[in-house]
Amino acid sequence: MQKRLLFNSKLLQITISRLCQHLIENHGNFDNTVILGMQPRGIYLAERIRKELEKVLDIKMELGYLDTTFHRDDFRRRDHPITPNQTKVPFLIEDKKVILIDDVLYTGRSVRAALDAMTMFGRPEKVELLVLIDRMYSRDIPVAADYIGRKVNTMPSQRVLVELVEQGKKDNIWLMNEAE
Amino acid sequence: MSQLKTKHLLGIKNLSSEEIELIFETADNFKDVLNRPIKKVPSLRDVTVANVFFENSTRTRLSFELAEKRLSADVVNFSSASSSVKKGETLLDTVNNILAMKVDMVVMRHSSPGAPHFLSKHIDANIINAGDGTHEHPTQALLDTFSIRERTGDVAGKKVVIVGDILHSRVALSNIFALQKLGAEVMVCGPATLLPKHIAELGVKVELDIRKALEWCDVANVLRIQLERQKMRYFPSLREYSLYYGINKQLLESLDKEIVIMHPGPINRGVELTSDVADSEHAIILDQVENGVAIRMAVLYLLAGVKA
Repeated sequence: MQKRLLFNSKLLQITISRLCQHLIENHGNFDNTVILGMQPRGIYLAERIRKELEKVLDIKMELGYLDTTFHRDDFRRRDHPITPNQTKVPFLIEDKKVILIDDVLYTGRSVRAALDAMTMFGRPEKVELLVLIDRMYSRDIPVAADYIGRKVNTMPSQRVLVELVEQGKKDNIWLMNEAE
Repeated sequence: MSQLKTKHLLGIKNLSSEEIELIFETADNFKDVLNRPIKKVPSLRDVTVANVFFENSTRTRLSFELAEKRLSADVVNFSSASSSVKKGETLLDTVNNILAMKVDMVVMRHSSPGAPHFLSKHIDANIINAGDGTHEHPTQALLDTFSIRERTGDVAGKKVVIVGDILHSRVALSNIFALQKLGAEVMVCGPATLLPKHIAELGVKVELDIRKALEWCDVANVLRIQLERQKMRYFPSLREYSLYYGINKQLLESLDKEIVIMHPGPINRGVELTSDVADSEHAIILDQVENGVAIRMAVLYLLAGVKA
């Protein structure tokens, strides 16, 4: 199986810093902005972004974990049901600006489910999407990210493998060629 | 593990401990949903569920119906009292007629043991057993063990006594299976006439003295005396039963430890439990009811989620 390294630890850190600077440009000191990490792996990225923002701005930020399992559109269309993860949103998002964070943007269906899931916690003033990797030209529905770590041109047979320190591994993100 | 091995939930007997754990973990997430301001998720929005009750029920039926509605399923209810069963229709015909109206899942309670098993061999829909005669009541056992796990941290290693009418109780049998699979020690306690003859062969302890049983256990699951199933008198009077097997505050306070009191409902206050016990902080009876909805959501979700 062939694999290509998209991010190593150093590049990942640089990219997260850049994304945070971009967020600060648009959101100032985050008085009315909250961040939501998408389960399962978007939460690790969201935690890192929160840490970086808190360090740079010297503030406390609110972070929630959003699980989209119950809002997915492929229920009963898969061979087995997806195991849900915890949703932990300890605040209301009514009239807040929400930054939704995930690791990989592929078909856009998870993001659609997330937009649906977050309405359980109020009507946000605005929602923006931040992803580390944008798999270009592979969207099933019209979804676009506002903040992108890296755009990658991929084939449907390929897969992005995200390994993070939080999962007990080294920070490495790979593009895998499954079929070979 | 991410799915159940079967497409029906007929009993606990054929579930593995991993499957029970999967149901618990899924139920944890649904319990979280139930505590939100908006208690509904859209997962089962294209699923139709028929609640087919050939026997009376308030709690179980309401709990299933709420679970189905919280998952956005379409729900139809059927009870035998007001149906063509009275006109002589067979079980299979009744259910096939319901399924002809494009129903995906059937939740069934029936007074004959094995009725849902029979049905599962003849129809395509997912079947959930909501109690079959004196045989099994799987979702009750799941919510009971889930409540023990919630209250005490873990089911494994706990000592649980099931008190009362074991002979007529489907809750007892399902609980015995579930508790043993999860690693708890189980005892049954009641008048000898209400204990099945060979119950010890299931690997449970048998005790006739309620005080000894309570001294042994961490959790007591107290069952209702099912007068409607008793075709003869198994004990002289309810008064005598409550004198020998009723649990009151005095008895609880005379133990040198705190135990958890459970009851599947409906309670006969003053018979198996006095009011001061049923309403005390020892009792987790209302937690059981709350957990029932989350457990049933988990079962429905896991069974419905497989590609049809």
